[in-house]
Amino acid sequence: MRHPLLEVRSLTTHFFTEDGIVRAVEDVSFEIYPGEILCLVGESGCGKSVTGLSILKLIPIPPGQIVRGEILFNGRDLLKLSEKEMEGVRGNEISMIFQEPMTSLNPVFTIGDQIMEAIQLHQKLNKRDARKKAIEMLDRVKIPSPEKRIDSYPHQLSGGMRQRAMIAMALSCQPKLLIADEPTTALDVTIQAEVLRLLREIQREMEMSVMLITHDLGVVSEVGDRVAVMYAGRIVEYGPIEDIFHEMRHPYTRGLLESIPQLEVKKTRLNAIPGQVPNPLNLPEGCKFHPRCPLRIEDCRREEPPLFEVKEGHYSRCLRWKECR
Amino acid sequence: MGSEILVQVQDLKKYFFKERLFSTEKEPIRAVDGISFSIRKGETLGLVGESGCGKTTAGKAILRLIEPTSGQVFFKGKDLMSLRGEELRKLRPFMQFIFQDPYESLNPRMRVGEIVGEGLEIHGVARGKEKRERVEEVLEQVGLHPQDAFRYPHEFSGGQRQRIGIARAIALRPELIVADEPVSALDVSIQAQILNLLMDLRDRLGLTYLFISHDLRIVKHISDRIAVMYLGKIVEMASSEVLFRQPLHPYTQLLLQAIPRLDPAKREEKIFFKETFLSLEKERGCLFAPRCPHFKERCAREAPFLVDHGDEHWVACHFV
Ligand SMILES: Nc1ncnc2c1ncn2[C@@H]1O[C@H](COP(=O)(O)OP(=O)(O)OP(=O)(O)O)[C@@H](O)[C@H]1O
Ligand SMILES: [Mg+2]
Repeated sequence: MRHPLLEVRSLTTHFFTEDGIVRAVEDVSFEIYPGEILCLVGESGCGKSVTGLSILKLIPIPPGQIVRGEILFNGRDLLKLSEKEMEGVRGNEISMIFQEPMTSLNPVFTIGDQIMEAIQLHQKLNKRDARKKAIEMLDRVKIPSPEKRIDSYPHQLSGGMRQRAMIAMALSCQPKLLIADEPTTALDVTIQAEVLRLLREIQREMEMSVMLITHDLGVVSEVGDRVAVMYAGRIVEYGPIEDIFHEMRHPYTRGLLESIPQLEVKKTRLNAIPGQVPNPLNLPEGCKFHPRCPLRIEDCRREEPPLFEVKEGHYSRCLRWKECR
Repeated sequence: MGSEILVQVQDLKKYFFKERLFSTEKEPIRAVDGISFSIRKGETLGLVGESGCGKTTAGKAILRLIEPTSGQVFFKGKDLMSLRGEELRKLRPFMQFIFQDPYESLNPRMRVGEIVGEGLEIHGVARGKEKRERVEEVLEQVGLHPQDAFRYPHEFSGGQRQRIGIARAIALRPELIVADEPVSALDVSIQAQILNLLMDLRDRLGLTYLFISHDLRIVKHISDRIAVMYLGKIVEMASSEVLFRQPLHPYTQLLLQAIPRLDPAKREEKIFFKETFLSLEKERGCLFAPRCPHFKERCAREAPFLVDHGDEHWVACHFV
């Protein structure tokens, strides 16, 4: 039996706002094994980022609060750690990168300064060795002439190069887990393809685990090992990548895939999912997807379905998963 | 789709003269650098390319929402560039623009009915009761409720706001719509709804689209023909079917290859190309040369023209 590196158990994160309680993440459980890429996929507002931020306890409190759950990292519950202990985890054992590198890179410092700072925060290295290490990291993410680039300011780099620099910084302490929140969303397709390939390569070399957050099933199909599909704060389907793409057992997963135009066949109409994502302050009773679901029956209104085990390692939160193919 | 040509664009250029931050050199930014194509009535031409390649500028220059630097655009045979004030205004209702961002393109202080009906009044098409009826009709055509006319944009979701933008565009019964990334800001499931709507409207109202997007799947889905833009120029143009079956320009080939396959079993090794640092010099050669895997000496010296390789398959590359 492999042991998971990260086990998230019943994570529930709410925001207590003036307008009411936003149940951003509700009873979310999943695990990430050593050396795999788990993708968290879903549409805007479904709770992907809040899940990622909760793992590192970066939720703004208030209005946010992790109401329930456990986050076991190597068996240790991160939710029980003090802020001081968490600081030793962040950027060291678990790193995070974000969609827009410009917001996480400081424009007034060179990328070298910033990578060196990240290194020296967790490792006892003198300036010279830290610089050497930083150049090594830039080389690793395939930035050409890293010994020159290290003294560049973020605005002097292209979007793709900035995202590489971000990755270099996040990986400088050789984390065991990287949480990447929409790392390629701001990039052009050709650059996206390269950054994804790089991420995959480095992840293999370093035997690192990655939690990749994205709204794009295309990205998932390119890099994922396993996938959790989220809708309105819940995981609705969870399983190995082949199952999610070829034997999906949740109507939302199917709907998402069918919303994307196929390259191979010319169809005049897309099978769009009708309606829209529910207001987080006013979620429907029962299954959160039922108002938009082609398979809904009376029971779907009444009770929120549990995650059914479709087969080993593949789960669906749909009463009619057997009929959904 | 008939053979009648609705729009013809000839050697259109739009340069921006901007002083760059760290240089005194006054080299213009050639956002659109001599593009030519035509669109038949009822046809959808997709204009695809990566960020900054000049797609939006081209779309706006064609409708003269911004003044082109040079070139010509014929709309229903009339030279738009030579038209002045009132003459141009008379043609406006026939050519409409749909914006990418449904949040920023709608005036938050106006009710939906006013937003959609504004053009009717300005162009003297309809007033009063007639205007109200037309607005209701159009709202229904885009899948909204007639009662929505009394609400404000902020009360709507992103997808619904894009429907409002579309309603505003079709209210004047245009013939040409330039749609600039009309679904890019939307979630996938809503994208599909809006794409379906745009295709339905095209068929029902006989519209002609210039559909601008960076998303190749979407462009392929909706377009009859596709023009691929790179740094202000069209590098390849063909029917969508041919372009995808047999891309000839190295840039198009790489672009198509980069599309995620939606099939984890087909994670093939892709060919990648150089991401460049060089801000392109005042090159005489092919603009794609610095990133091109097939670069040859001639490419640095001489810019390729767009040449017809048969069946209206146009390519700008010396080695095709
Ligand atoms: N600081 C906050 N205060 C109040 N509500 C919040 C806050 N942060 C997030 N939320 C809410 O939590 C829910 C989940 O948000 P989250 O950012 O996780 O979505 P997401 O899946 O990452 O979406 P996207 O694809 O748009 O990034 C949303 O309804 C959001 O409005
Ligand atoms: Mg997010």
